Order: sequence, then C-alpha cells, then structure tokens
Amino acid sequence: MVGTFPLLSVQPTRGLVDEKIQVVVRNLPPALSVTLHSLHHSEDKDLWEAFGHYTSDGQGTVTVAKDASLGGTYEGAEPMGLLWSMQPVPGSRTGLRLRKMDVLSPMVVHISVYSGHMTEGFSKQSPLATVVTERWYMAPDVCRIDIREHGVRGTLFLPPGPGPFPGVLDMWGGGGGLVEYRSCLLASHGFVSMALEYLPHDKNRTSDIESKTYFEKAFRIVQEHPLVIKDRVALFGLSLGASVALNLAAYSKDISPKCCVCISGSHVIPVNKAIGEVFRKMNKDGYKTRFDEEGRVVWRDIILPIPTDLGEKVDMGRIKCPLMLVVGEDDQNWATVESAKDMTQMMRAAGNEHLLTILQYPDAGHLIEPPYTPHFRASNFIMQQTRQKVIMLWGGYTKPHADAQEDCWEKILSFLRQHLYPSPDSVPKAKL
Amino acid sequence: MTEKAASPMLLLHPSRGLIDEKFSLIVQNLSRIQDITLHALIHSDDGDYWEAFGHYVSDATGFVNVANDSSLGGTYDGVEPMGLLWSMRPVPGSRIGLRLRKKEVHTPMVVHISVYRGHMSQGFREQVALASVVTERWYMAPGVRRIDITEGGVTGTLFLPPGPGPFPALLDLWGGGGGLVEYRSALLSSHGFVSLALEYMTPRTSGGSTSHVGNEYFEAAFTVLKQHPQVCGDSIAILGLSFGTSVALGMAVYSTVIQPRCLVCVSGSHVQPVKGSLSDVFGEINKNVRNTRYDEENRVIWRDLLLPIPTDPTKKVDVGQLKCPVLMIVGEDDQNWPATESAEDMKEMMEKAGNSHLLTTLSYPGAGHLIEPPYSPHIRASNFMVAGTKQKLVVLWGGETAPHGHAQEDSWKKILSFLEEHLYRSTDVTSQSNL
Repeated sequence: MVGTFPLLSVQPTRGLVDEKIQVVVRNLPPALSVTLHSLHHSEDKDLWEAFGHYTSDGQGTVTVAKDASLGGTYEGAEPMGLLWSMQPVPGSRTGLRLRKMDVLSPMVVHISVYSGHMTEGFSKQSPLATVVTERWYMAPDVCRIDIREHGVRGTLFLPPGPGPFPGVLDMWGGGGGLVEYRSCLLASHGFVSMALEYLPHDKNRTSDIESKTYFEKAFRIVQEHPLVIKDRVALFGLSLGASVALNLAAYSKDISPKCCVCISGSHVIPVNKAIGEVFRKMNKDGYKTRFDEEGRVVWRDIILPIPTDLGEKVDMGRIKCPLMLVVGEDDQNWATVESAKDMTQMMRAAGNEHLLTILQYPDAGHLIEPPYTPHFRASNFIMQQTRQKVIMLWGGYTKPHADAQEDCWEKILSFLRQHLYPSPDSVPKAKL
Repeated sequence: MTEKAASPMLLLHPSRGLIDEKFSLIVQNLSRIQDITLHALIHSDDGDYWEAFGHYVSDATGFVNVANDSSLGGTYDGVEPMGLLWSMRPVPGSRIGLRLRKKEVHTPMVVHISVYRGHMSQGFREQVALASVVTERWYMAPGVRRIDITEGGVTGTLFLPPGPGPFPALLDLWGGGGGLVEYRSALLSSHGFVSLALEYMTPRTSGGSTSHVGNEYFEAAFTVLKQHPQVCGDSIAILGLSFGTSVALGMAVYSTVIQPRCLVCVSGSHVQPVKGSLSDVFGEINKNVRNTRYDEENRVIWRDLLLPIPTDPTKKVDVGQLKCPVLMIVGEDDQNWPATESAEDMKEMMEKAGNSHLLTTLSYPGAGHLIEPPYSPHIRASNFMVAGTKQKLVVLWGGETAPHGHAQEDSWKKILSFLEEHLYRSTDVTSQSNL
C-alpha cells in the first residue's frame, strides 16, 4: 500500500480561544474536492460541527486562511470559519447555546478532512485525516479564586506574575448565574478580573443584590486585592450588566471606574435603583414583548421609545471616565442602537462626548462574545423571575456577527490597555 | 493623587506550544531606553533549575521584540528569537554534568519567562521581576496516544497520531546511554508519524545467561510496526542517534526482514563489524579503548575509538548496498563519535558503488554529538553511565552553544521535511494515490 497520505496540520494545537489557527492540508491529489470539518463535544453533551468545501490546488494543498470555501457552514476565505460557524449537529436538541462553564479545561475540537463535498453523515464516514486542537480560556498559570465575601459571590482570576495589575469587574446579563470564561480570558491578557454573580440561579441563595451596594462591594473586592492597582479598575458589562455598569459609573459615590466597556447594553434603566426595580419595570412594560414567526421572544421594544424623563435613564452627562459601547445593529433583544444614539446626544449636550467610543456592527446581534465562538440567533432562556422557559431571539447573522466579535474584542483589549496600562513615559504607544 | 504605574506587559505567543514551535515574545509598557533582562526558568523533572537570560534595551516607545532586537549579552547574544530556550544551562550551584531530558511526556515543560529591571547576570531569585508569564512546551500534541509495547519480547513505547490512519511509521533509536527515551517519538507522532521508541541497550537474561539483544530483536521491533493496523507497512523509516545509527545502517543493509523506506542517521557511524550483533560491536569498540582521551577537565573523549576509519571491508557496513535514501546529520565538533570522518568515508564508498545519490549529509560547524529536537539546551558534557555497568563518567559531547542550537533547529526542520518527502509522498513511479 504505497501511496500518498494527506497531511493535515492545525497550528497551534493548543491555543487561547481568541488566537487564530492555521489549517492546512497537503499531499492531496491536485483539484480534489474535500471537506474540512470541525467537531466539538460540549460539556452539555451536545455535538457541534462546522464544515467548508474546498478544492485542492495544483500542488494538492488546501490553505484555509487563503482558499475560498465553496459552501458549507461558511463560505469564502475564512481562516476561523471552522470555529465561529459551528452549529449543533442535525438531530440535536433545540435552542442550544455553547458556553464553557469549566475554564480549567480546554474546549477540544477535532478537525478532519474528508474526501468529497459532504454536508452530512460525517460520523459515518472515515476521514482522510484528523487533528485535535485545544482552545483555552485560561493561559498557563492564571489563578482562579472563588470569592465569597461580604455576601458577594464571584470568581476572581489573576494573571501570572508579580503584578501589580489593573482590575476589571465583569458582569453578564439577565440570564444570571456565574459565568467565568470572559474574566478568565481577560486575566490571560493581564487583567485581574472578577466574574460577578448577581442573579443567582439557585433561588435558595439570597443575594444582596436588592441593595445597590452589592456592586460597589464587588468593585471594592477587586480594587482592594493586593495585586490590583487601586485607581486602575474598569467596569465591563454585557446586556443588563452594561446597564448596571452605566448606573454605577454615573451615580456611585463610593466607586470610580477608570473606564467602562458596555456591550449590547442600554442606559435606559430605573435610575440609581436596585436590580429588583429593573425587573419590576420590565414586567410593567412586558406588554411590548413581540414574537417572531417562530414564536421566539423579541424584547427589543420594551425600552422603546427611549424615554425623555431623566428618572428613567442614566444621566450620561455624569459619566467621567472613558466609555466604549459595543452595539449590534440587528440586536433583537435590547434597543441598543437607539440607546447608543440617545447616549451620544446626551453626552454631546453635556460636553463629555469625547469620552465616548462606539463600535457599531451591521447585522450583529445581542450576544457579542469573545471571538471565534459560535453565533446564536436565538436560544433557550429561563426568565429570571418566573423560571419560565422561552426561546429568546438575540438577532444577528452568523458571518457579520462573527466579524463583529473578532473586531470588537481586539478593540476592547486595546481600549483596556490604553486606559489601564498606560505607558510610563506618556509617549504615544506603538501599535503592534 | 499619584498614579502607580502599571507593570510592563509580557506578551508571549503561543502560550502553549509544541517543543519545536517558535514563540514570539514582546515586552511593552517599559520606560523608553530602559535596560532590561529577559529570563527563562525551568524546574526540571529531576528537580534541577535551568535558566537562560538576555540583556536588552527598550526603544523609544518602551518596547522590546525578541524577534527583531539584539540581545547585548547573557547566555546568548544577537537577534535570537528562541535564545531563551536553547541557551539554557543549570543555575549556579547545581549538580554537575546535568542533561535536560523530559521523561514524562504527558505533561509539558513549564517555562517561566520574566523581565527584570537592569542588566542582570545572577541573583534572579532574590529580585522581584517586573512581569512574568508561563509557557508550556509540549512533546505530545492533543490526541496523540501513548502505548506500552511488550509484545514479541520487544520493550518500547508506541506513539500514534490522532485520526484513522494509516500512517507512515518510524523506529526511533537512541544511543549508548540506553533506557527508554520517549520524547522524540512523542514529537514525531505529533507530526503525523507512528513512532516506536525502542529500548535495546539493557542486556537480557535468558537461560541463565545475560547478553545483549541480537539482531532478531530489531527485526521483531520493525515487525511490530509493520503489522500494526494503523501503519502502512511499506512506509517505515528508522531514525537513529549515535549508536542507533550503527543499528540502523547495519539492519538496513544486512537484514532481510527490515526494509526501511529511508534512514535518518544523527551523529553516528557505519564503522562496526559487518553483520555483527550488538555484542560484536561493543567488543570491537572495546578493543580500541586505549584510544580514549581526556580533555583538560578530565572529561572522556571517545571519538578516537573508531578511528582511523578502517579500510577493511569487514569492519564497516557496506553502505554501497543501501537501497533507500539516507540523511546523515553530523556535528563537526562531535567529541564522542567520529561522525564527520564516517560521513566522508560513507560518501566515498557510495560513490564507488554508484548509490551516492541516496545520501544527503548535513554537516554543522560548531555542533556537538547530541543533536536533539530544537530549542532544547546544548549539552557540551554530561554524566554518563555505560549501559549495563555501574561506571559513571563525565563524557564530552562537544559543540558550542549557539552553533549547536542552530544545528538542532535546522536539522530538525530538514529531518521532518525528509521524512515527509519519503514517507508521506511516494517517489515510486508505479505508486497510486490511495484516495
């Protein structure tokens, strides 16, 4: 059996979640139709896959970074398509979302090359070659610490090294629970970051979140950590977490963030009130909920029209720190485009618009997450108060959403470094 | 309110890599034109500490990029992207004669990379670094499987790449130090080859007598590979270092069972009794033991034990009979085996026989005997126990650090390329794709 064997290489075989991979197949016959396929077995025991159709060149090579996929779950020259276009395999449960809950282990992805242009039946066919790659949220020596202090519940991640480091208080949205992976990834980039739980899933656990001091206490925990530089702590929020961040930045007398990153969030929130008040207001406006043609919940109208009453939205003129807003124009969950426009107007009128940076992405949805993770146009959601299961429409289309995730993450890291890691000589920093 | 400056940032990419992968290392957020020392530290499986360091000066933006900037001194100098790894040596006060070898391949080598203020050459432990990161260096890619082999009387470890196969395979032979050394096979498997690391130096006892393994042992090992369901039996090569080269050449020429598609011979020689067994080879070497020399530090130089290269054809493998491509890798400062002289003699023999087109020799000035996978430290001399005896010596391997580091990097790339060419692609006119 003497012949050529296809050579599939994926580099790096172990990478951080936001690192690119190079996928190359060599040693194929020229002009051969092949399918590149990725497979991931999630923590929830679902199977996720992506695939692209290619034709080998005159040397029998397929280079995913340069060659165009002719079809599959992504098309065109997409170096990372095998990751961001992943979707549940046919026959899976519906409404799934892929989230890594255990950050101490990597996401393991099997990348294979198959003969021919296949769109299904991958598990029944033997591939020509397979490589295994690991995707990590945690860089080596990042330290994970459970925080249970003064009623505050979260997870703190410390970068390797003697420090001191800037800090981040990291808040997710109305889905609740304790979601660690973004903080873990931030620590892998040199920030002490605490993922904060403020809407526990466990109803038996009482949380201090009724009081607005909960978030201030959480901020202080980060700020007072011996490895954290006290005046370099940022707020980072997505969705409801972004609204919380804006509320704190504008009204807290106790804490003062160095800068804020707000993804898919709005300033329209009961001003300076506890979270419970937010849910009461949402219930009141619940009649504005719409449903799409598949019965999926569309919440974007709940805060519309943007109120003019200053008791119903954060007074953006009070923001004193640099603020980065990230907005998906197809956000079906929260009226973030309208909110961003209104925030800009308010800051212009107040004279602090120079603090504002807006990143706005056409056809991106609500769940703008770290790059190369799959897009979810809709997924299962458990209502915080009633525990009712619905399917929530988040919006966005896969390719533009993936591009948005990739672009904004780089800019977010850059923004955080600029404001939290300034150059000691105050010389303009070189761009890498 | 005075602002406390944030630490400099160390950006190392990738944070987890294979042992032969390069990394990029950037320091930013330093003061402009600041003296700094970049330092690497490993705590080995044996409990020793190894370190390397380079002296740099940041540019006007507080930036150092190891890929472009010159180290002004330390354990390496000049523009050396991987100098922090290949120039490593035991920290002051360590035991002598150490060699850095990873025994446990399921775990990575963990390297701490730090940046210190000023140009330091010692006292790193007493000083707090400005910043530090950790990188993992792996011999085993994810999905590679490790299997103990004991069948057919053969002792070894088999490494299988992920995927259905079939794969080309390698018989991986180390040298006279003996033992079962797995890391090179693990790494080869991470590049798509089934690889069998073979233990062969330990004398075996049978029927009351103890002796070295015979040639049938190597044939049995080759057969283990040939018969493995995930191996393509016609695509098996032998990679040998030092003594392993002797075995590889002898078997390739004289064995009817072993038919490798190609050979890689590192730091070895064809000088050995023709068709002799391992015992015969040792016997012949021992006859010349008076040729042992010692350097100024009383370290053993064994290169003369096989010199002069014999003209008697019964004393060297008839390489004119080789039928497969051979890649010879030679360190010109090899103090342990006369690899340069042997390679020259082999070339002559093959030119006379008309098969010299099969021979490629890579000769590296300033490189020593232990030419290993890249970015592992250069070992000019180390403790050595002659296999099967309790005799402890310090053996001089030769080589100077920087040229040896480059030889390892260059030769490994060429070894992989050579193996890929001959095992992954068929040069056979009658071959057909199995696709």
